[in-house]
Amino acid sequence: MALYRAAPWQKPLSLALLLAALALPTALSALDQAFYIGFATRVLIFALAASSLNLVLGFGGMVSLGHAAFLGAGAYVAAICQQAGINEALIAFPLAMSVAGLFALVVGAVSLRTRGVYFIMITLAFAQMAYYLFVSARSWGGDDGLPLNGRMTLGGLPLASDDALFYAALLALVAAMALFGRLVDARFGRVLQAIRENETRMEALGYPVFRFRLVAFVLGGMVAGLAGALLANLTGLASPNLLQWTQSGTLLVMVIIGGVGYLYGGVVGAVILLMLEETLVGFTAHWHIVLGLLLLAVVLFAPRGVAALFGPARSDEHG
Amino acid sequence: MAEALLEVSRLSRRFGAVDALKEVDFNVTAGEVHALIGPNGAGKTTFIHHVSGALQPDSGRIRFAGHDVTALSMHRRVSAGMARSYQITNIFPGLSALDNVALAVQGRNDAGSSFRFWRPVGREAALFDEAKGYLEQVGLQDKGGAAAGMLSHGEQRALELAMVLATRPKLLLLDEPMAGTGPEESARMVELIEQLARRVTILLVEHDMAAVFRLADRISVLVNGQLICTGTPDEVRNDAAVRRAYLGDHL
Ligand SMILES: Nc1ncnc2c1ncn2[C@@H]1O[C@H](COP(=O)(O)OP(=O)(O)O)[C@@H](O)[C@H]1O
Ligand SMILES: [Mg+2]
Repeated sequence: MALYRAAPWQKPLSLALLLAALALPTALSALDQAFYIGFATRVLIFALAASSLNLVLGFGGMVSLGHAAFLGAGAYVAAICQQAGINEALIAFPLAMSVAGLFALVVGAVSLRTRGVYFIMITLAFAQMAYYLFVSARSWGGDDGLPLNGRMTLGGLPLASDDALFYAALLALVAAMALFGRLVDARFGRVLQAIRENETRMEALGYPVFRFRLVAFVLGGMVAGLAGALLANLTGLASPNLLQWTQSGTLLVMVIIGGVGYLYGGVVGAVILLMLEETLVGFTAHWHIVLGLLLLAVVLFAPRGVAALFGPARSDEHG
Repeated sequence: MAEALLEVSRLSRRFGAVDALKEVDFNVTAGEVHALIGPNGAGKTTFIHHVSGALQPDSGRIRFAGHDVTALSMHRRVSAGMARSYQITNIFPGLSALDNVALAVQGRNDAGSSFRFWRPVGREAALFDEAKGYLEQVGLQDKGGAAAGMLSHGEQRALELAMVLATRPKLLLLDEPMAGTGPEESARMVELIEQLARRVTILLVEHDMAAVFRLADRISVLVNGQLICTGTPDEVRNDAAVRRAYLGDHL
């Protein structure tokens, strides 16, 4: 693959979508569909989580099957914070990011010494270990999970209303996408992508490959932790199911459907997958079959993901 | 004798039943072109792998520029001033030729930290200007925008050399730079290495004997993992053991 380059229309389009998103709660309320604001918030949060995995997987070439562990860790930190009397997101969210990041540092420091299938298995093993840890932690609710007593405040403003939480999630997603968008074009992102392309050559050019990968892995874990903290506020629960490997698999599917290594791949994948789920669940309990067919279609007709269909986001030339 | 830039002592490595390197003592003097020759499977590539840090020896020491680097990882040895090309071209095929070299420039210690997350590299004109200079040195100035994987085999060899040069090495490890290139490209490469030799010390593994005898100040001969002879081209040409083991039918 070449180094990522945004298509020229990408910035105006994302700005237009941002404006639409800003107007969404008002529009939904006006249409008497306020129920969907919660769903839209869920989409934003998973877009954030999937994008963080895309940094690791798409740009870093690290096929992690344990990414949901960081999502779950973030959710638990939020719930535990509240239990401890900290109800302010400006404290709880950075804490969730730090803990998820530290966890990612440990997982990465071990697993990034391996390659290929071993890396996949070790990330999976860490996530499952964390899952069982939370399942067996009585004081944190065991397999029932740890509930939140209402939502937190953000800078003193309550996130209790669905609109407020929606905007908080939107802010987080916009900030993350801005960072990732800059990052992939900056020195770090180019190094990360070049490592994905040819690790040996990078090492032979003098780059400490391990360190670059680890930093990306930790950054991805931190952003997933933020998504987890937001999710706990949305659902009112930090559940061990968030750390399950199936959850990691869902994030992986989102990135693959959306576009591995495309800046908005995670966002596109989260939107498609969750909308599909929301729609199909109403029709059939076997919506997973349809999902399987969709995956098959993506692999056959858009092997680089849906985001790749929209114009030449990759270029072989330097501008 | 001038000081040794690279000093390898009693280097050994086994692959299962194969003694790929047996107690190899070898040194490269600062400023020279030292050719390492030997039949296929002699252990030349394995030797380069050990010097560059891609492989760890079973025993033996490697000193570079006055420091023991035996335990150092490859990227640290590169920072210390070693750079290598590979027998099988090793570049970033999906990236433009210019990006290939720009990454090499960016990786250098004096180019500043690569842990920069915000500023677009596109604004760092210095990186690309310097990279263009190296492309020009190897004759690829018109190919900067092309995907490296689309270049001809000879052009890819030249590109790899440009990347290696961009690290500004003290010691260049070249593993069969002429392999698989046509006669014209080979001639270009010989000329290029001849020019480089004025500025940088070179350890050259090469099968093309005409090139070796033209370029080398000293030649070492490796056979079955053992160094059987080191000397000037004339000494090596007339060495009885070398003739018996290897060169007889070439010269
Ligand atoms: N990774 C490896 N595992 C096992 N045997 C190897 C490995 N690398 C090289 N060898 C063996 O070591 C010997 C030297 O190989 P090599 O260094 O490639 O020789 P040359 O470059 O001189 O042609 C050969 O017998 C080769 O088969
Ligand atoms: Mg070889």
